[in-house]
Amino acid sequence: MDPRISIIDKRLSQIKRIIAVASGKGGVGKSLIASTMALILAEKGYKVGLLDLDLYGPSSHIILGVEKTFPEEEKGIVPPKVKNVEFMTIAFFAEDRPIPLRGDDVTNVILEILSITRWSNLGFLVVDMPPGIGDEVLDAIRFLKRSEFLIVTTPSKVAISTVMRLIKLLVEIKAPVLGLIENMKLIDTDLVIKAANEANIKYLGAIPFDHNLERSIGNPDELLKTEFTNNLRNILSKVLA
Amino acid sequence: MHEWSLAESVITTVLATLEKEKAEEAVEVKVVLGELQQIETDIFKFALDEIKKETKLKDTKFILEIEEAVLKCRICGHEWSYKENLKELDESYVESIHFIPELAHSFIKCPKCGSPDFEVIKGRGVWIEYIKAKKRGD
Repeated sequence: MDPRISIIDKRLSQIKRIIAVASGKGGVGKSLIASTMALILAEKGYKVGLLDLDLYGPSSHIILGVEKTFPEEEKGIVPPKVKNVEFMTIAFFAEDRPIPLRGDDVTNVILEILSITRWSNLGFLVVDMPPGIGDEVLDAIRFLKRSEFLIVTTPSKVAISTVMRLIKLLVEIKAPVLGLIENMKLIDTDLVIKAANEANIKYLGAIPFDHNLERSIGNPDELLKTEFTNNLRNILSKVLA
Repeated sequence: MHEWSLAESVITTVLATLEKEKAEEAVEVKVVLGELQQIETDIFKFALDEIKKETKLKDTKFILEIEEAVLKCRICGHEWSYKENLKELDESYVESIHFIPELAHSFIKCPKCGSPDFEVIKGRGVWIEYIKAKKRGD
């Protein structure tokens, strides 16, 4: 009998809302949206946590500019704070090494992280989900039972077709979907609005491609000043008010 | 101090199981500690004793058994003991594996063929082997 499963609900019991930022497709800006969203919510005065569940390619620590650190141990792991955001990532333990995991290993890592991390009484836990609809997404649905999904896509036919598969899965299993964000918009198109309508979920708005965004990666103060963040603020004010 | 978190998981699971099975008390619980997680048995035992005091498990006997960690390469089939790795593995890597045993794949390779694609065939982490419980009227 695995003792970790029973403790997870207890570990998450003081968290009001769990927002899983997901896509199904890689490279659409999930990690940037999840990390910036956590910073925006903290700026508004909420107690916020950020959990990077992208186990093969964790990147939230790069976006937030977190230096090499090992979290504090106190009857478990106390997530370090970055700009007032409680932050947990496998990168704390794996450094820059490759993390070659098979299916059961992925589930074990997620179980371990969820059972040892001692979040405080958060208003929001933002989860940066990996691409795909593999183990991490299925485990998030299984163990982070109260997750509300915020879906991200770019206005590319290639991305949308994959993102729609994730949305269909979430709708089928009746997981709450907050809506669809159109990220990195470069040209005028209504592809994403049509996709949201077809899937019967809310279209939350577009974030135009921000050519200056890359310069603020690793610097949360600068990140909060970008056009990208302003646009995300507007979108979040509609959905998480 | 990760041992506290693991001990708390064990106590929470035993209590949840008693409730689910409508059992009155747990007489004996056997917990297996996989060598890969390098649990400090004394701290784990102390944590169990401290946490159980506040619960209906205060008289429950906990039996702890350490299981040797054995790894098997998926590429060449070679089997080896984690003890071999412990001889030369950097302490910080042992610490990372203590928290997340799957990180063995980031820090260890098959000693025969060099692949990180191996499975932990036994001795991974903490496991409840059995709970001997009494139901009302037993």
